[in-house]
Amino acid sequence: MGKSHRVLASHALDTLLAALRDDGYRCVGPQLRDGAIVFDTLHHAADLPWGWQDEQAPGHYRLQHADPSRAFAWANGPQAIKPLTFAPRETLWESRIEADGRMQFTATLPAEEKVAVIGARACDLAALRLQDQHFLEGAHADPYYAARRRNLFIVAVHCTAPAATCFCASTGDGPLCTAGFDLALHETDEGYLVDAGSEAGTAMIASLSLPAATATRVEQAETAVAAAGERQTRGLPSRNLRDLLFANLDHPQWDDVAARCLSCGNCTAVCPTCFCHAEHDVPLLDANLGRHEREWDSCFTEGHSYLAGIVIRSDTRLRYRQWLTHKLGGWHDQYGRSGCTGCGRCITWCPVGIDLTEEVARIHATGGGHD
Amino acid sequence: MTEAPMTMPNPSLPAEAEIVERIQESGSIYTLRLRMTDQARHAAYTFAPGQFNMVYLQGIGEVPISIVSDPEDDTVLDHTIRAVGRVTRGLEQLGAGQRVGIRGPFGRGWPLDQACGRDVVLITGGLGCAPLVSVINYVVKRRERFGRLVILQGVKHTDDLIWHERYMAWAKLPDTQVLLAADIAGQGWPHHVGLVTELIDRARFDRDNAIAMMCGPERMMQACAEALLARNMATENLWLSMERNMHCGVGHCGHCQLGPHFVCRDGPVFNYTELAPLLGVRGF
Repeated sequence: MGKSHRVLASHALDTLLAALRDDGYRCVGPQLRDGAIVFDTLHHAADLPWGWQDEQAPGHYRLQHADPSRAFAWANGPQAIKPLTFAPRETLWESRIEADGRMQFTATLPAEEKVAVIGARACDLAALRLQDQHFLEGAHADPYYAARRRNLFIVAVHCTAPAATCFCASTGDGPLCTAGFDLALHETDEGYLVDAGSEAGTAMIASLSLPAATATRVEQAETAVAAAGERQTRGLPSRNLRDLLFANLDHPQWDDVAARCLSCGNCTAVCPTCFCHAEHDVPLLDANLGRHEREWDSCFTEGHSYLAGIVIRSDTRLRYRQWLTHKLGGWHDQYGRSGCTGCGRCITWCPVGIDLTEEVARIHATGGGHD
Repeated sequence: MTEAPMTMPNPSLPAEAEIVERIQESGSIYTLRLRMTDQARHAAYTFAPGQFNMVYLQGIGEVPISIVSDPEDDTVLDHTIRAVGRVTRGLEQLGAGQRVGIRGPFGRGWPLDQACGRDVVLITGGLGCAPLVSVINYVVKRRERFGRLVILQGVKHTDDLIWHERYMAWAKLPDTQVLLAADIAGQGWPHHVGLVTELIDRARFDRDNAIAMMCGPERMMQACAEALLARNMATENLWLSMERNMHCGVGHCGHCQLGPHFVCRDGPVFNYTELAPLLGVRGF
């Protein structure tokens, strides 16, 4: 595994999709919809966003025409892997009260479905790693997440087109994909270079009988990815901001950002690491039946911190502070690193263009941060 | 990707439990005495005082409720509940023979192993007494293993006090001190009128060989912790049970986070040193 790149011609992407389908996978990949790049079932390589690139800025996302020979010349869309493993909404179990008063519970685990996701980025892989830690590696593994995760095959594509909002180089998560994939592709002017990151990936490459890539071509491709990292202008002042943020819980910047923040939760919805979800019963017409669901939740909602008649985070200042001190602080205690992988989605999809790197920079500049 | 067992445990799935008995403790507080209907599952169920179950009412939802019965009582699991929200008001309507769902036990309980051979000081406010009643019973049943037992309980109004007879019975035990306080005293209240913190000066225990466990409103616990620290108790001997919004019970849903802690999983019982930086900070 690794550093044994093979060459896949551009027109052979369909061969790869067919091979994945032959192995029982439903292919999911990036496509154009409603003016954005979204991930959905991918039938043909022709459905990939050939010749499109994304222009991203705080509160801004537009697609533009670009090199028609490229299918992956964009940075990212609002979602990638997260909805495939951590379902936005799902039923956990159903209950039934029998005529004799007994109560029965039935788990509604997702059907085993093999899914191959094409076009994941390094920031997405780092985020998936964090979601794995959260949902699978504690004392209680989540069987719903696990069922989807174990059936996932990942075809990553190294990013050569970071958006202005991207800062994966700063968080150390990209743009080169280094782990967590089955296959990783370099998109070059002369087709794709494929590398395996797992046994399943190695077997897939072997089944395609692809010619080996020359060291020079691999080096050129990796140079292009490294250059993409160097083009990134945003960043965080440190990979560990835990102490800085918790030492500045009364910083005036929290009031400043609260005056702009709508508390809408878009940032948490597009964040690839946010794991909060609410559980609730669905009202059913038949009172003898119960259905218990979970759905993505956000720390920006009033209900998130509801506790026996009070709301712990009753205003936007406390909610934004919770989100940022958790994302860049609490994660270090929980999972050994920051919860941010530099994808920049929270900046782009914020309707008022709040930029967390900017908020952090202001706290860092005046709150005792060190270079 | 990696192979995983096809039948992994499902921490989200409740088990059916029968209400063996329903006890009205006060106007709005009741105890549900539950037994899982799957006998093998009930027999295999073990918990530590301070842990909790998620109790499910069909069609409405789940609530985290601490288990107040003795961990070695293998017949029933007692849950003492105040009717305040949709689920707890609904559960209040149920009676013996009816069914609910339970799943658990979840969280970290009280450090009973560390309490062995030491004076045990229990300070509670309101229904915060419930998660510590199992500790009282535990100590009383194994009296020889512990030093003095000091029980301080405060309520807003004397009508809020449940288990008065039990407190009076515990007060008669050797090496045991029970002090009660009410902010607003009804007629004939023979105990302290005021805050539970004010009882600490009257508590007799060896501060160098004591462990304090607290449960109640956060401000009360914070004030009590400060009073104990002022009496030179060491921070590592102070333990608090925290309450937060909980949906999953296993540290996944994110609602119960208090700074870096998942209260449902890392707590609900915490050492004071773990909480100190954020205790009393608004918004956490």
